[in-house]
Amino acid sequence: MANVQTPDALLVKNYVAGDENALSTLINRHQSKIYGFIYSKISDRDISDDIFQDTFIKVIKTLKSNSYNEEGKFLPWVMRIAHNLIIDHFRRNKKMPLFRETEEFSIFSIMSDNSLTIENQMISEQVEKDLKKIINELPDDQKEVLVMRIYQDLSFKEISELTGVSINTALGRMRYALMNLRKVIEKHQIILTN
Amino acid sequence: MAKIYSKKKLVTIPMNPKKETISFLLNYSKAMSFIKVGNINIETIAN
Repeated sequence: MANVQTPDALLVKNYVAGDENALSTLINRHQSKIYGFIYSKISDRDISDDIFQDTFIKVIKTLKSNSYNEEGKFLPWVMRIAHNLIIDHFRRNKKMPLFRETEEFSIFSIMSDNSLTIENQMISEQVEKDLKKIINELPDDQKEVLVMRIYQDLSFKEISELTGVSINTALGRMRYALMNLRKVIEKHQIILTN
Repeated sequence: MAKIYSKKKLVTIPMNPKKETISFLLNYSKAMSFIKVGNINIETIAN
């Protein structure tokens, strides 16, 4: 006996009329073709599942809101929806690329945690403490310029205005401050790196 | 008899979505309905 299959158009009609089993039959009948089509473009099972789901959500909404145009065939229509969603996925992905962990590629090769470890944090605090001590040993005029430039981030023009000296003098004091710092660091062999 | 040179077709397992996806869609379909208010279709989801 020949296996008589209910046509898609009739299943769609039944579904719109309220027969939920009709949708189940339609999905079972076409899932392989639609999912295979999506997977052939995406090559990722999870994303393919998402797109498959979104495709049928659109199908359900269109059918339930009676906006389905019966002129076309059901499968090509669903395929077109899937195709449009695949394009949307690639457009979105172009703006925000998705990286997946594979054997050859590790996400940590492009991602890193820049925050300091406890050990590095302690070293950094120590370095800052040492540096402050050395700076305090500088002559007052040099120390003033260095603190204003490095810690208060003032320009040499602003420093010259605040200290009442010319820009060249401020630059000279900064130069001597740095030279003196280097001398002290070299002489006492202070390590100021993290 | 002529020799067939073409390779034997490999058995391909059909690609299907996860059962959970299908189950979600069927449940979504059952829960979802449209209420017509004048010319507007309002989408509702039953809990």
